[in-house]
Amino acid sequence: MNAPHTWRQQAQRYLLEGVQCTACDHRMFPPRAVCTECGAASMRPHRFCGGGEVYSYSFVYHPPAGHEEFAPYPVALVRLDEGPLVAAQLTDVATDDVAIGLRVEMVTRRVREDSADGVIVYGYKFRPAIPPARR
Amino acid sequence: MSNPGVAIIGVGQTVVGEHWGRSLRDLAVDALLSAIRDAGSPRIASLFVGNMMAGELTGQAHLGALVADFAGLRGIEAVRVEAACGSGAAALRLGCMAVGSGAADVVAVVGVEKMTDRPAAEVTASLAMAADGDYEARQGLSFVALNALLMRRYMHEHGVRREEFAPFCINAHRNAVGNAHAMFPFPISADDFSRARMIADPVSLLDSSPVCDGAAAVILASVDTARALGRRAVRVRASAVGTDTIALHDRGDLLELRGAVTSAARAYEQAGVKPADIDFFEVHDAFTILSVLSLEASGFAKRGEAVRLGLDDEIGLDGRIPITTMGGLKARGHPVGATGMYQLVEATLQLRGEAGANQVRNAELGMTQNIGGSGATVVTTILEAVA
Repeated sequence: MNAPHTWRQQAQRYLLEGVQCTACDHRMFPPRAVCTECGAASMRPHRFCGGGEVYSYSFVYHPPAGHEEFAPYPVALVRLDEGPLVAAQLTDVATDDVAIGLRVEMVTRRVREDSADGVIVYGYKFRPAIPPARR
Repeated sequence: MSNPGVAIIGVGQTVVGEHWGRSLRDLAVDALLSAIRDAGSPRIASLFVGNMMAGELTGQAHLGALVADFAGLRGIEAVRVEAACGSGAAALRLGCMAVGSGAADVVAVVGVEKMTDRPAAEVTASLAMAADGDYEARQGLSFVALNALLMRRYMHEHGVRREEFAPFCINAHRNAVGNAHAMFPFPISADDFSRARMIADPVSLLDSSPVCDGAAAVILASVDTARALGRRAVRVRASAVGTDTIALHDRGDLLELRGAVTSAARAYEQAGVKPADIDFFEVHDAFTILSVLSLEASGFAKRGEAVRLGLDDEIGLDGRIPITTMGGLKARGHPVGATGMYQLVEATLQLRGEAGANQVRNAELGMTQNIGGSGATVVTTILEAVA
């Protein structure tokens, strides 16, 4: 990934920023221009809270180029508390603890190997949610 | 709209495999020339080339002109068509539109993919381009992983065990034995399936179609032209594309392949037929879960019940709905942009009564379904034997 590509997605990668439809309030991640529910084309930014639960998961044993150093690693579809699904890696979790329904929260991590032009690619991953009392 | 007047008058294919000694253009030209010969060498007006990854894996774009040039067709209209793993049948769809609209008299369609020149991680990264680049592929989800997310959720919602997917793989390999063009013409057992190593849990090696090279082609003409040429024709009763969200995470209902539902419904409407009329079905078994979801989306099983078709042996050559009759993507092989064309060549052979040991008895109406990505492009084609 080159520098401008990484740079222009900062709000999505670091803040989990999507959009909310101004007509019907439907919330979407990633951002898009046209609402998937009502078809309106009027959006405002919406930052997701980062909480959710595992909807489906897998373990990648044969990674694509750029991810070899992390393999094997868990990936999941996470159902965010506000509704959308997001595809991401899981982190800080024991293999046996990964399950559908696991409560998770978004954290910022290196998501792939550093690019040839020196950019360290940070982004969102999800880890098991830490209960408030233990924070 | 339907294409009542379009026929397939010739087919050609290369063996699917690891063609170390043959290039992308060698394979495409081989299949194309075979198809032209099979059609009685008519004059070709237009060429559509289905391909996904020539740019990434061969460093070659501009396949329309390249293939036309090297096939001795310099000067004709020629373009490349790309719809990920659905590129082959998408190219056929455009060929049907060209003939059906009267824009071209005789059209050649070839699907080609050359995958084995590059290391596995590069091929894996290129295949992932079929998904959402920014929000799936770059998060580290391989294409296999996306299918694993589907399969895991399916097993969870419907209470299905991994072993229950085995009949789809066993059936594909059994049928490949009778196909001289198949990559894996040998049987496998339920034991082999349950012991196969994981690629992306729960998707194992034996749930997955192989990385390989190949090309397949058909020649299209109007039914009237076919008659004038005196060719044995198979009629294209329907050719329909449906689309869905590019990313899995944007699907309202993960386990309903909406693109397949739409594509199949359009095809049934064009042809004026229903699932019960179909004599065999070439499904897009890139992964076993896709066979299952495709059968459900196309009306051959209710939601959550397609696994039963395998367990009850309804998918074999003598079953209620034979699938992957020449080995499917799993065992014939899945040279990505060529796959849709292999399905169509095989369905044509079935309907011409030339499928040899794999002949489906009294086959009159065959359906193929070619899927791009995790279901974002689905092309359903219905072919009919013409006496």
